[in-house]
Amino acid sequence: MPFFEAVRLALATIRVQKLKSFFTALGVCIGVMFLIAVVSIVDGMGRYMEEDLVGKLIAVNSFELRHRPNINIGDVDDATWREYARRGRILESDVQPVVDALPAGTRWSMYSEASLMVESQYSRPRRAQITAVGGEYFEIKRLDVTAGRLFTPGEISQGSSVVVIGPDLMKRLFPTVDALGRQVKIGGKFYTVVGIGESQGSAFGMSFDNYVYAPFRSPVHRLLNAQSNAIDAVVVQTEAAEALVEAQESVRAVMRGRHQLRPSQKDDFSLQTADTALEFWNKIRGYLVLAGVALPAFGLVVGAIVIMNIMLVAVAERTHEIGIRKALGAKRRDIMIQFLIEASTLSTFGAALGIAAGAGLALLIREVSPMPTYVAPWSIGVGVLIGAGVGILSGVYPASRASLLDPVVALRQE
Amino acid sequence: MTNETDEAPLSTTAERQIVVGAAGQTPGKDWVIVTRGLKREYDMGGEIVRALRGVNLAVRRNEYVAIMGPSGSGKSTLMNLIGCLDTPNEGEYWLNGQLVSSMKDDDLARVRNKEIGFVFQTFNLLPRASALHNVELPLVYAGISSAERKERAFEALKSVKLGDRVHHRPNELSGGQRQRVAIARALVNRPSILLADEPTGNLDSATSEEIMNVFESLADTGQTVIMVTHEPDIAAHARRVVVLRDGLIASDDRRERFAAKMGGGH
Ligand SMILES: Nc1ncnc2c1ncn2[C@@H]1O[C@H](COP(=O)(O)OP(=O)(O)OP(=O)(O)O)[C@@H](O)[C@H]1O
Ligand SMILES: [Mg+2]
Repeated sequence: MPFFEAVRLALATIRVQKLKSFFTALGVCIGVMFLIAVVSIVDGMGRYMEEDLVGKLIAVNSFELRHRPNINIGDVDDATWREYARRGRILESDVQPVVDALPAGTRWSMYSEASLMVESQYSRPRRAQITAVGGEYFEIKRLDVTAGRLFTPGEISQGSSVVVIGPDLMKRLFPTVDALGRQVKIGGKFYTVVGIGESQGSAFGMSFDNYVYAPFRSPVHRLLNAQSNAIDAVVVQTEAAEALVEAQESVRAVMRGRHQLRPSQKDDFSLQTADTALEFWNKIRGYLVLAGVALPAFGLVVGAIVIMNIMLVAVAERTHEIGIRKALGAKRRDIMIQFLIEASTLSTFGAALGIAAGAGLALLIREVSPMPTYVAPWSIGVGVLIGAGVGILSGVYPASRASLLDPVVALRQE
Repeated sequence: MTNETDEAPLSTTAERQIVVGAAGQTPGKDWVIVTRGLKREYDMGGEIVRALRGVNLAVRRNEYVAIMGPSGSGKSTLMNLIGCLDTPNEGEYWLNGQLVSSMKDDDLARVRNKEIGFVFQTFNLLPRASALHNVELPLVYAGISSAERKERAFEALKSVKLGDRVHHRPNELSGGQRQRVAIARALVNRPSILLADEPTGNLDSATSEEIMNVFESLADTGQTVIMVTHEPDIAAHARRVVVLRDGLIASDDRRERFAAKMGGGH
């Protein structure tokens, strides 16, 4: 029997028995729905993690020298915490020797940060993320201004009282007037706004645009660290990805020397890369993917069993029809194909409903929760293939039973 | 009274015996059907039912044969074998020079599709399909394109005077009309033999007459027809009557002789 003839026949059967077909295909529908939903969550989070979050927290081809990681992977045990707590801070005096050890063409910037209150004449005090940065910080983080300018080398070296603020903070502190050239007050001291930085977006409902950048040696520096000669981090960016490890090893050697560590001792500082953050994500993704496979797989197995049973019933109900078809010249293969196509049409119909429901669910999650979901086109293709595949698998046994019926016996059945 | 030269050539008893006699030998071109020692047994849980006990039958092209016999004598069993729906336990069955009795499932399906048109007592139409689609089915399995299928099915329906009922479903048709759809379906692949197992068994006498006229005119155009019937009236349409009894051919005569014997018996 020609392929389209069989599909047409199967669709006609579905049309006649809408409700029965729906329940038959429900398992596959739910399985595919979970698959699409979970895949779109994993994919959306993954895109977000890799492109946005990590790119902003940690720039490309870069690592940060810190006394302990600020992004922790999974569960950190008590012993590790205690060891972190004992570590000494990175000092300003460490910076020059570290920088001297870096290969040529490497960018670097020290910085310190804290969440503090910022005031202006035009609004009540607001909390913002304050970062005191070195000269190449903006280049490393690929951050530019949308209005005004970044700091001049003179402002950086003199530690002038100037700031670049984020768009959200600008709207809050200066709701009615142009912020450029006006003053903000941090810790009792005034700073002039010279630039409005680009938006860095948001994640999980949290804005990244409530920021203030100031030159590292500006007075704000004093507010960021209780220990005045300590800094939070040095961020180092190599030109090419291949140079990253070499740069890391140079920095490691310098720091171990300065801390007088014996070869048997472990590092008492951290070199944190984007991989460190991604490792954390990969671990979560592992669990999500497991759920993303287990839930749909369960639905699909149930769905396959239901379809197989319904097809067995269909073969029994239509024994007479099979007898007629065989009497008129249908070969085993023709009958086999007819029932296989019927099963996989049913199942693909369920998968199509599941794709629609799953995509709907993903969009709903995106709307009502902070999770950034993304329905990947490939997951739709996979959904359709799974539908057809489950149908074929669950149709094989009923279809082969149908194809092996003896025509005389089948014709006698009413 | 019948003028023999007006009729299609008939096999004589002597001729049939020559043809049937030679086991393993391919029959001549004129012989559509040759069976040699055809046996069919059913195992009913240890008890063997011998439905056919060695049937030797030869049918020439263009013959119109009626098969008669009491209930349980093996008529349907023989028809199923001739129609390639079933295979014998023993014996040979040659159809158009092909040894069908040793064929496998899919080859039998191909023979059913190409060589045989089968008309059943209970019509055996697909209930959910239109008359047209029912008639199309053999062409579907012959792999013929949709457009040609529709055209040929429509022609076949017109030839049984159902050109105005093509989109009716079986339950929207009378018994006689259903059987005519079944005849159209049996003819649509231009089979070499038309088989009918009690085609009028479910019809009233007026409708039976109408269906018999269809078979008669088909036989007149040279279609080889083999028909099972209980009714001597209906057998009287055929030109040769084979009588089965207990799974064996009891008699095989030209209609005139058969009529004379029946008359003599009264
Ligand atoms: N599938 C079967 N299983 C067992 N026995 C069978 C089967 N089919 C037929 N028989 C037996 O074979 C014998 C011949 O049956 P068949 O149907 O050929 O008779 P028939 O001449 O067509 O009878 P009727 O005129 O009643 O239709 C009968 O005894 C019947 O019981
Ligand atoms: Mg019978």
